[in-house]
Amino acid sequence: MTTETHETPGASAAPLLPGSGEPLASAPAPGPWRHRHVLDLDDFGADEIETVLELAGQMAEVLERRIARVPALRGHTIVNLFYEPSTRTRASFELAGKVLGADVLSVSASTSSVQKGESLIDTVRTLRAMGAGILVMRHASSGAPYLAARHTDAAIVNAGDGAHAHPTQALLDLYTMRRHFGALEGKRVVMVGDIAHSRVARSDLWGLSAMGAEVVVCGPPTLLPHGLRPGDRPEHAESALPFVEVETDIERAIEGAHVVMALRLQSERQEGGLLPSLHEYSLHYQVTAKRLARAHPDHLLMHPGPKNEGVEIAREVAGGGRSMIEEQVTNGVAVRMALLYLLALGRDAAAKAGEGAS
Amino acid sequence: MSTLAIHNGRVIDPALGRDGIADVVIVDGRVARVGPNEGDAVIEADRIDATGLVVTPGFVDLHVHLREPGFEYKETIASGTVAAARGGFTTVCAMPNTDPPLDRRAAVESVLRQAEEHAAVRVLPLGCITRERAGKELAPAGELAQAGVVALSDDGDAVADARLMRHALEYAGAFGLPISQHCEDPALVHEGQMHEGWVATRLGLRGRPASAEETFVARDIALADLAGAHLHIAHVSTAGSVALIRAARERGVRITAEVTPHHLTLTHEEVGFGSSGSHDAANGGGANGYRSIAYHSNAKVNPPLRSHGDVAACAEALRDGVIDAIATDHAPHAVSDKEIEFDLADAGISGLETALGLSMSLVHDGRIELPLLIERLTAGPVRAWSLDQHPGLEGLGTLAPGAVGDVAILDPDAAWTVTPEEFASMGKNTPIAGRELRGRVLATVYGGRVVHALEGVAL
Repeated sequence: MTTETHETPGASAAPLLPGSGEPLASAPAPGPWRHRHVLDLDDFGADEIETVLELAGQMAEVLERRIARVPALRGHTIVNLFYEPSTRTRASFELAGKVLGADVLSVSASTSSVQKGESLIDTVRTLRAMGAGILVMRHASSGAPYLAARHTDAAIVNAGDGAHAHPTQALLDLYTMRRHFGALEGKRVVMVGDIAHSRVARSDLWGLSAMGAEVVVCGPPTLLPHGLRPGDRPEHAESALPFVEVETDIERAIEGAHVVMALRLQSERQEGGLLPSLHEYSLHYQVTAKRLARAHPDHLLMHPGPKNEGVEIAREVAGGGRSMIEEQVTNGVAVRMALLYLLALGRDAAAKAGEGAS
Repeated sequence: MSTLAIHNGRVIDPALGRDGIADVVIVDGRVARVGPNEGDAVIEADRIDATGLVVTPGFVDLHVHLREPGFEYKETIASGTVAAARGGFTTVCAMPNTDPPLDRRAAVESVLRQAEEHAAVRVLPLGCITRERAGKELAPAGELAQAGVVALSDDGDAVADARLMRHALEYAGAFGLPISQHCEDPALVHEGQMHEGWVATRLGLRGRPASAEETFVARDIALADLAGAHLHIAHVSTAGSVALIRAARERGVRITAEVTPHHLTLTHEEVGFGSSGSHDAANGGGANGYRSIAYHSNAKVNPPLRSHGDVAACAEALRDGVIDAIATDHAPHAVSDKEIEFDLADAGISGLETALGLSMSLVHDGRIELPLLIERLTAGPVRAWSLDQHPGLEGLGTLAPGAVGDVAILDPDAAWTVTPEEFASMGKNTPIAGRELRGRVLATVYGGRVVHALEGVAL
């Protein structure tokens, strides 16, 4: 690794984490934080993102301890409500909750068994009535966590909704990039692949533009969503999507990139008539060593996983020296710990103030 | 003998070119006389003082879903027609996508019997174009015409098979039935949830492109031309459709068209950024432009709410007469059909009670004159489907002597707040809950009887 690693200020002291038995509400506020839910990064300010990333640095310290346990969330119940199968995100959240001493329960609900009438709202209210204060939710329907947030006073964390958002993935991506680059201002970040169906790309766009990065999305036109080019939107709505450069030529896109992120390509795209074949895709859009030679010498290679080696990413680069793919996974736990902590802190403060969330 | 005299209102009767202060006298359910001080000569009558108000023929809606039979938890003929009366509508054309669908005589007759007993206003049913609305075989148009349908439609779905659509147009022509087509190509719609564009991209929802409508409008115009038959385009929603219809009418193809109040006034931004039910106040967001989103399933409708350019083109086409009628596509749904995941939620807007208020915004911002707007709610739809040719409906959509005694009395300037809980419709699904509208129906007269009157109206 030749990349310079920036230490997060204050990371070694971990002063914000209370010792065992101390009530969370007595901990000092770690920084600006206004959210009751984490649904996407579109309504996050750079200051709040900073708060999460700083705190995640301290959480990473905790994870490196021999006994990685801080009972900061003792007495809090976190339910992982997954309507879609997931291994890594679910495991990451479970671990994050457990390291912080919360009671963690994971519930798998299959969307196919969900009939209209036996509703998401009922399920969320039931889990809240059992004492869940934080609900981590993954759902195949875009917007499902927003529906849940309207009908419960539990904190909702979006762990991926349809093609819409995956804010915790975006925060761990930002954390990973910042660890290596310090500030993200002016850094060229290129996302390659199925932008249209990617919740990761959408959340990353918001997070990256809030932090001042220069964002490029690249893919075949059938996998690029409509309205991303600023001219596709009416003038009054120009700010309604992040400003991005849209490129269909991967060589041009990667030129000088500080970060290249390959997105997972689902084989359904071929069946849906969006692509001639996976082979054709890999010829024109696979992230390869040859293509990465055009990137900045200190570039990072990222992938939200799970990856299809040989399709969107070449095996030799996925396991190569610039690859952040495993580090992303490790960082995911720390970032999710930070988010759970901030949400729990907010809930305790609200309870203490006797405001009673509505 | 029963007599109703409506005094001193501004009578707008577009079909007769009337616009001035007059009395309307209705005797035994039919218009007897209209003119200044005509009511004074009537000795024994029920009277309405319409001073300062506008008096028009009762509105005619070519497109409502009354949901009965089969979906009585969403709406019934009784509740839907009370909603119609409150919206000023005295004639509603009921779509046949019920359960069972209206694809045979007995089903149509059953609806007409229910309407006879329970409806607050006139119900004119449509029949299906295809059996079971399955898009495979023609429904018996002749039998349906005899049973009393006024048009055919598989609304909710398009007839996707071009050959079947051609034959449907040809065959229905023999019985004088227009075919009202829901123009959206299912292949292009795919799993689309809203208008394809930047809002759908922001929300991560699949889009229904404008071209899904336009390709079918173009196709069906060509088929109507080929068949020499009458095609009616339901709920026009795009600028491209407007251009196609305009060109077809100019070269003499028998095309009529309708537009909904929501497609005339609302855009796809309602879905992500509309004002009702947002989480953002609770999430520290508040009114911050496009920073916070929501998924307003009450703004989910097919065809979807479109762009500003589309809305403007529809309004212009309504004024120019390229579009004949405002029709509500009143599509009531239960809360349990709407307050669920966006992609599972049913599409549709409960529109009868907000139709005038929404449409009046075109008058208030100077894009259409009031008499022309009234034309598109009365004589326009009647002319589009020749509804006044049906027995007993002579003079429908006008206040000509001898016409059915259907009247709407409105205050074009009255400001009011949309409160779904107070709707007569069982469908509370409106994207404009809590919004202020200007223009309201104060009273409705159907066949000489007052079927709706707001409190405080001087009866």
